[in-house]
Amino acid sequence: MFSGFMVNAWLIATIVAFVAGVVGFFVVLRGSAFQAHAIPNGAFAGAAGASLIGVNPLIGLGVFSLGAALSIGRLSRRGRSDVVTALALIMMLALGAAFISQSTEYEPQIFSLLFGEILGVSTSQLLPVIVLGLVCVLAVSVLYRRLLLTSIAPEIAASRGLHPARIETIFLIIIACSTTMTVPVVGAFLIFALMIGPPAAARCFSNRPEVALALSVVIALVTVWASLASSYTTNWPVGFFVGAISAGWFALGKVYATWSRSRAEQRR
Amino acid sequence: MRWLFEPGFFSSAPVHTAIVIGAVSAIVSAIVGVVTVVRGQSFAGHALTDVATTGGSGASLWGISPLLGFIGAGVLGAGAMDLAGVQRARGRDLATGIVLGAATGLSALFLYLDTTRSASTGITQQILFGSIFTVDPSTIPVAVIFSVATVALIIWIYRPLLLSSLSPELASARGIRVRSLGLLFMLALAISVGLSSIAIGSVLSTALLIGPAATSLRLTKNLRNAFVLACVLGVVATWLGILFAYDSYYWDPSSQGLPVSFFIVAIIFLSYLASGISGVRRSVARRADTGNARVAPPSGVREVA
Amino acid sequence: MNTLPVLEVNGVSVTISGRKILDDVSFVVQQGEFTGLIGSNGVGKTTLLRAILGLQRLDAGEIRVNGEPLTARGRSLGYVPQRVLLDPDVPMRARDFVALGLDAHRYGFARRTKEQRALVEQMLHDVDAERFANARVGSLSGGEQQRVLIAHALISQPTLLLLDEPLANLDPRSVQEIVSLLHRVAKEHHVGVLLSAHEMNALLPVMDCIVYLTNGRAASGTTDEVVRSEVLSALYGHHVDVLKLHGRVLVVAEPGQDDSDIPQHETFTVN
Repeated sequence: MFSGFMVNAWLIATIVAFVAGVVGFFVVLRGSAFQAHAIPNGAFAGAAGASLIGVNPLIGLGVFSLGAALSIGRLSRRGRSDVVTALALIMMLALGAAFISQSTEYEPQIFSLLFGEILGVSTSQLLPVIVLGLVCVLAVSVLYRRLLLTSIAPEIAASRGLHPARIETIFLIIIACSTTMTVPVVGAFLIFALMIGPPAAARCFSNRPEVALALSVVIALVTVWASLASSYTTNWPVGFFVGAISAGWFALGKVYATWSRSRAEQRR
Repeated sequence: MRWLFEPGFFSSAPVHTAIVIGAVSAIVSAIVGVVTVVRGQSFAGHALTDVATTGGSGASLWGISPLLGFIGAGVLGAGAMDLAGVQRARGRDLATGIVLGAATGLSALFLYLDTTRSASTGITQQILFGSIFTVDPSTIPVAVIFSVATVALIIWIYRPLLLSSLSPELASARGIRVRSLGLLFMLALAISVGLSSIAIGSVLSTALLIGPAATSLRLTKNLRNAFVLACVLGVVATWLGILFAYDSYYWDPSSQGLPVSFFIVAIIFLSYLASGISGVRRSVARRADTGNARVAPPSGVREVA
Repeated sequence: MNTLPVLEVNGVSVTISGRKILDDVSFVVQQGEFTGLIGSNGVGKTTLLRAILGLQRLDAGEIRVNGEPLTARGRSLGYVPQRVLLDPDVPMRARDFVALGLDAHRYGFARRTKEQRALVEQMLHDVDAERFANARVGSLSGGEQQRVLIAHALISQPTLLLLDEPLANLDPRSVQEIVSLLHRVAKEHHVGVLLSAHEMNALLPVMDCIVYLTNGRAASGTTDEVVRSEVLSALYGHHVDVLKLHGRVLVVAEPGQDDSDIPQHETFTVN
């Protein structure tokens, strides 16, 4: 499990977990679950289209997820409803389906793009993926305090000149970048489970933001490693394990939160 | 007309099946969809399509009819969501998302087992994105029964249903069973999602549900006109989609043609966008609204066409 | 000593969607002064506050904070919105939120010095929030959260503190506590305090100045100067009586007059 081509897989999986844990922390904080769900779905068409014309799918992923992120940002700022966003996304998915139908190898390709693939990243793509991952983590780290305040109290942030609208756009771009590098491994349909399960659980375990962030990364790491190992052993898709384990962590967090709340009430 | 209808279109048996199934799904989706959009439950509708995916892939694994799989899972999902409460607090969105993630993961497993065990190709494509040309004609009677029943249900309950979404207190005061109505509606939603999943795939069926409905609600505020218009839009989009998909097989002899679902979604999307052009809105609205009762969108509802 | 006013509002007019929300409003807040912006709901208090925060364009007039025009406001202005966080799942303690008031504009993760941490402790003590300093911000009651918000705004040592309807959803006891806290803050920290409210009775004991807003027009001055029948009648455009009883004020329109624009007062509560 740890030799040869699997080394790449473990490396990428670790970075994916880091990025998902860090970015996901703010996705949950800002209530951006819909965007985290929508942007990868849009990116799917990009990957399909790119591989159809023989271009590196990562580029297709990147372009389409960026486009999806920016349009969602503009649409929601203009007060447009979820209807138009949902329709636009379904259109992207349909486009992806059309692209894929044109290639001869469509079944495995759809499957791995949507549900994940251990070896989703080839050696040649290793460097760009690592770089993208580092950029995402770095961006969140640099903007950490601004992200915190604009997420929790945008009015106060605005009064201090912190431009919540600008931060929102930047954050959507960060989601797009993280989508680009995580979709090949976890799948366009399941990456958002990794971005909301571990952080949602982490914040049940700690009431301090830095600790919750660290826990979010740790839980994501455990999730991804377990998914990778299980997928390698059973040959079942990575996405299945990611979805199931993320749900498990979420439930665990809820149970813990209820338990510690009742314990605190007993003490009073 | 020969350039529009490629050879064999009208005599092809799969096309006949597709046209019937397509029309039936489009009509149910349009009618249920109008109520969904007015009630602001587009998210629930979308959520049910993900659950339907799990049902469809499971059905394929166990050799059950895909229609029953889609509908069965949808009904279970609808029941679960009703149990969990349909409130829209932030925490509930997260919980729904996590459940959807788990359901999608399960779909992944079922689809994988499908492809390895049955060695048939294209199952993922079929379930997620539809393959209306390969629908078993024996499905037609079942589909028609389901859709007639659902449309009848909606026609029967839509007025108290809408009143209960506008003002639950007023509705209960009038003796309307708000909770039971809501549950019945979720069932209707599940059935329509199941039917449209057969036609254009579970992932894309949201388009058939909310697309024509949202478009027609932009063009008219008269509810009865909205129902009719949505049906027309849905059926036209579906039939045109079938036609173009059939034709596309002939455009480029080396390719396999483009999927029906792609055309249907594209037509729906484009007509939604076109309805936003103000000239179109005003002229259609003027012709459609004949002074009958208008429906105001419920206050406090976030998702409005 | 140079007493530059902390806030100068000069002839400010704002029109929104054709309606004149603010019409030639002028007043001044000095350092250490407690000023109440009183007016019924929808009369333009929020618009005025947004204008001071630089979030609303002015059609006429100007606003200066510490003598500077609005562009350079930055950290000389502390803002307390009505209520911030309703979600008890958010992992942030009161203490963390107050600390964020110091350095939310800085980049990177927080590396706070011992002095900074001591300052946070001091702030928590000053607003009487020590006993829930380690609780999640989203789980605090209205009154408790107000204190935390005030500490957050105060820790960057602004000269002006702006509060948007801080008393609106509080129980009477919390109202009293917050009002005396703000009074203390104004005097001890030499901060100008401007808060908006639709009811002035709770503020009467501590208010140095009042800005009474109605129909887009304002009268400002001390309570004795402003809360008088002649002044308020001129402001409303119809006759109103001002009754003072046991240190409380009641503004009453004549029967037949529309009194929807008179701030609704609480019924008398005996302490």
